[in-house]
Formats: sequence, structure tokens, C-alpha cells
Amino acid sequence: MTDQTAETPTTSVPIGLVRARLRIASLTRSGAFRRMVVLTGLAAAWQIAAVIAANPLLFPSLTQTLSALWDALLQEDLALSAIASLSILLKGYILAIVIAALLVSFATANAYAREALLTLTAMFNPLPAIALLPLAMLWFGIGEASVIFVLVHSVLWPFALAALSGFEAVPETQRLVGRNYGLSGARYVAYILVPSALPSIISGLKIGWAFAWRTLIAAELVFGVSSSKGGLGWFIFRNRNELFTDKVFAGLVAVIAIGLVVEFGLFRAVEANTVRRWGMQR
Amino acid sequence: MSPTVRPDGVSPPPLLQAVHLTLEYQTERGPLRAVDNVSFDVQKSERLVLLGPSGCGKSSILKALAGFIRPSGGRILLDGREIAGPGPDRLVVFQEFDQLLPWKTVKENVAFPLKVARGRSSSEASKLAAEMLAKVGLERVLDDYPHTLSGGMKQRAAIARALAAAPEILLMDEPFAALDALTRATLQKDLLRLAHDMQFTLVFVTHSIEEAVLIGTRLHLLSARPGKTIATIETARFGPDDLGTPEFQSVVGEINGALFTQTASIAA
Repeated sequence: MTDQTAETPTTSVPIGLVRARLRIASLTRSGAFRRMVVLTGLAAAWQIAAVIAANPLLFPSLTQTLSALWDALLQEDLALSAIASLSILLKGYILAIVIAALLVSFATANAYAREALLTLTAMFNPLPAIALLPLAMLWFGIGEASVIFVLVHSVLWPFALAALSGFEAVPETQRLVGRNYGLSGARYVAYILVPSALPSIISGLKIGWAFAWRTLIAAELVFGVSSSKGGLGWFIFRNRNELFTDKVFAGLVAVIAIGLVVEFGLFRAVEANTVRRWGMQR
Repeated sequence: MSPTVRPDGVSPPPLLQAVHLTLEYQTERGPLRAVDNVSFDVQKSERLVLLGPSGCGKSSILKALAGFIRPSGGRILLDGREIAGPGPDRLVVFQEFDQLLPWKTVKENVAFPLKVARGRSSSEASKLAAEMLAKVGLERVLDDYPHTLSGGMKQRAAIARALAAAPEILLMDEPFAALDALTRATLQKDLLRLAHDMQFTLVFVTHSIEEAVLIGTRLHLLSARPGKTIATIETARFGPDDLGTPEFQSVVGEINGALFTQTASIAA
């Protein structure tokens, strides 16, 4: 790829061609371009493997999956399922982040609260959130409350841990600068600690999002209970029961696509405009 | 040595006073005394340099003046009132380059204390910040983020940030120690020029004897840990053009001797 940029255009080459080459060179340097190449490669590999296997009931091809996805979007409730999943996901995610913010505030202010948070994190972080679903159903019944309970559990601990380590890693000089200006309490946290800990906070948000997403789909798959509306996991489960394998794949593709959009469209964009721009993260 | 007495024989009330200052740190093996019974006055527009070997507690004194650490003995008075914690009347320029907040541009960094500590409006703060940055030669990087700046530019921006907020006294903790020799010499000259133009009051900490003689109007020599006063020396007559003159060298030699004798007597 870099060979093209290293190549010096001679005077005999028309200027239009030089411009085109420069445009290609800048294109190949961009991350989005490399990402498209990788995705296209994966898609081609899938298609070829499925054509060779020639068993659409077990392993539908990319084109079959895409057409099933199209049908499911137009004629079935795939879009509604996705919205149902996302809405319950957001409730759990936001609730968990609010609780984590409170816990981390206590932990930065008090040594015992900090120890309590670290101990709870060490206990609950390795425990798969989905393992708490049977208990949650006993406590909250079959419905949204149970799923939100496990979602909060899946986001709270990794996010709190990331945020706490971010706050604790704020450089001493920046703390002194804040105190030098007479900042204290909420102003000190908002003006100094939060921006300085932002790389860790964003990274915690990303980890929390991934955990929440996989926990939700698992909960819907295993119990099929994400309320009466049914989510993406429920969509996959139902179609598997009826042996619509192409629709199972379509459901999985939808899960992956939403994950990619959030990762690259939201989190990477936020990072590019904040911590990367500020040189706080490479 | 006696404290400053002006040529007319009248000493105006000092802006800053450290009275029998003792500083201790709590360690696992009990309290560690960093500074032992040090007293000095700083007059308005004076530049006092705290000079001493590594570990003499000179940075600790500066932290106490800023209000970051509480003295275990003695008092610090600003305008005759005992200081209670940190405040924007005593702004600090640190040695570390990360004192500039990386999430703010150069101009936003300078405007920040004006807004949060001096209650200026955003537009006022921004205007004052741009003016001050022009004075330190940074008018071309106003909207750049600190990570794109060289070490010398970062320290210039930090100086501009402190001066723009017009503190009663400017505190500098080895601000040029992490710079290369050439940049350091330029910044020393620029600091003296700013001091001449703005007549701010400065307490400057360094371990470099040449820097101390150059920057200070008066030096306060400290012994190795725990820091005690060895001597106070008038150096107001030296400017940037005097570097390397016989008189400059003889004062440097004298100070070197005073510090060395002290260290040797402790080792003995």
C-alpha cells in the first residue's frame, strides 16, 4: 500500500493521474478503508465456504442470509425485535452507569467505600451475569425487571472498576493545578477528575456495552422472556425452533451489525473527537 | 544574615512571611522532618530564590506556601493573614509538562483559571488569555492542544496561565529543570523580561546556583535534609548579561562553597 505513496510522479505523467494516485494513497491510509477490506474478505470467505458446503439448512450462504434479513425486516418483526432489545438494553445500561457513578464517588471519598467497591468488583466481575437470571426471575418474576437486573449486574462492575482506576490515575500535577485554583467538591470532579479520567471512562463504557449486549441476547435466548414483545434473542430462538436457519443467521447478523455500528459509529467517533484529539490516547 | 533593608532604611511590610516554618511528612517509620525552622520574608516585586541540594525541602516549602501541605510548625502569612489552604492568590508553575490540561487548547488552558478562579466571563477570559500568550511568544499556537507543543512552549504556556490570572505571588517549582540548556537560557531571560515589565512577586525554587543568581533578587540557601537556613544573599545586581563575569563567578563560587561546607559537615 505504501509503495504507491513512495512512488514519485514524473513530469510525463498527466496531472489528473497524479491526483487520482494521491487520492488512492490517502484512501488506503484511512482506517475505514482497511476495515472495509477486512469485512469484504470475511464476507467472501463466508460465501465461498457456504457454496462448497451446499447445505443451506445448516449453513446458509451470505446472499441467502441477506435475503432472509431483508424479508425479516420487511415482513416480519425483526426491526421491532431489535428495537425491543435495544430499549431494554439502554434502560439497564444507563441505570448501571448511574449506580456506578455513585459507587465510584463514594469510593474516591472514603477508604472503606473504596475497599468495599474493589471487593464487590472482585467477587462479581468473574461471575457471568446470566448465572443470576434464575435468581432474578425468582425475585422479580418473568419479565423486564429480571432482565434489567442482570443487565445492571453485567455493566456495573466492569464500568465501576474502569472509572475508579481512571480517577486514581489522574496525574498528581493536574490534581494540584485544580486545587491551586481553589476547586473542590463537584467542581473539582467535573473540571479536573472526569476529563483527566476520560480515556478509562470511555473504555469502561465500551466494555460495559459489549457485556450488556451479550448478556441480553443470552437472556432472551435461554429464557425467551424479554417481555411479551420479544427481542433479537427471542427472534433467533423462535426461528431455530422452526428450522429457519437463514433467519437464525439473519438475527445473528443483526446482532453483529448493531454491535459494529455502536463500536465504530459511536465509541470510536467519540474517542477520535476527545481523547485521541487531545493526545491522551493513541 | 539580616533580612532585606531598603537603601532608604525603611522596610515596607512584607507581602509574604514564613515564620519558623517546620514541615514533616508521615512515613511508615514515623514522621520525617523535611524543613526545620525556616523563616523568610518576601517583599512586593521581589524575586526570592530558594536554593539548596536535592532533598533540602525547598519544593516542600513551595508546596506549603501554595497551601498544598500544612506546616507542622510555624506560620505562613500573606498580607499579614495566615493562609488557609490553596488559593488563586498564589499560583504555581510546576516542573512537570503535564500541568497543562491536555483536554484544553493552549488558550483554553490560560483562560481556565480566569474563569473558574477569577470569575471572568468566557469572552473576557479568552481575550486576556490571547494577550498574555502573545507576551510569551505563543500567539501562533492559541488553538493547538498541549501535546503538540515542545517542552519549552509548554512551560511558556504554564507561565502565561499563571500570570494571566494576576496572582499576588507567583510560585515556581524548578520550572526549567526538564528543559535542554538552550531552551532553559531563553526562558530564564524571558522570565526576567516579564518580571521587569509586570513587576510580579516571585518565589522560585531551583538547585542550579547559576539560575538562582540570575533569576533572584535575593537567595535563601538551605542545607540538606532537614532543610535549615544557611545564608541569605543579595543578588539583585545580576542580570542576564552578567553570566560568566568575574563577579558573577565569584558569587557562584561563594555559594558553592557555602553549600559544600554544609554538606561536608553533615557527612562528617
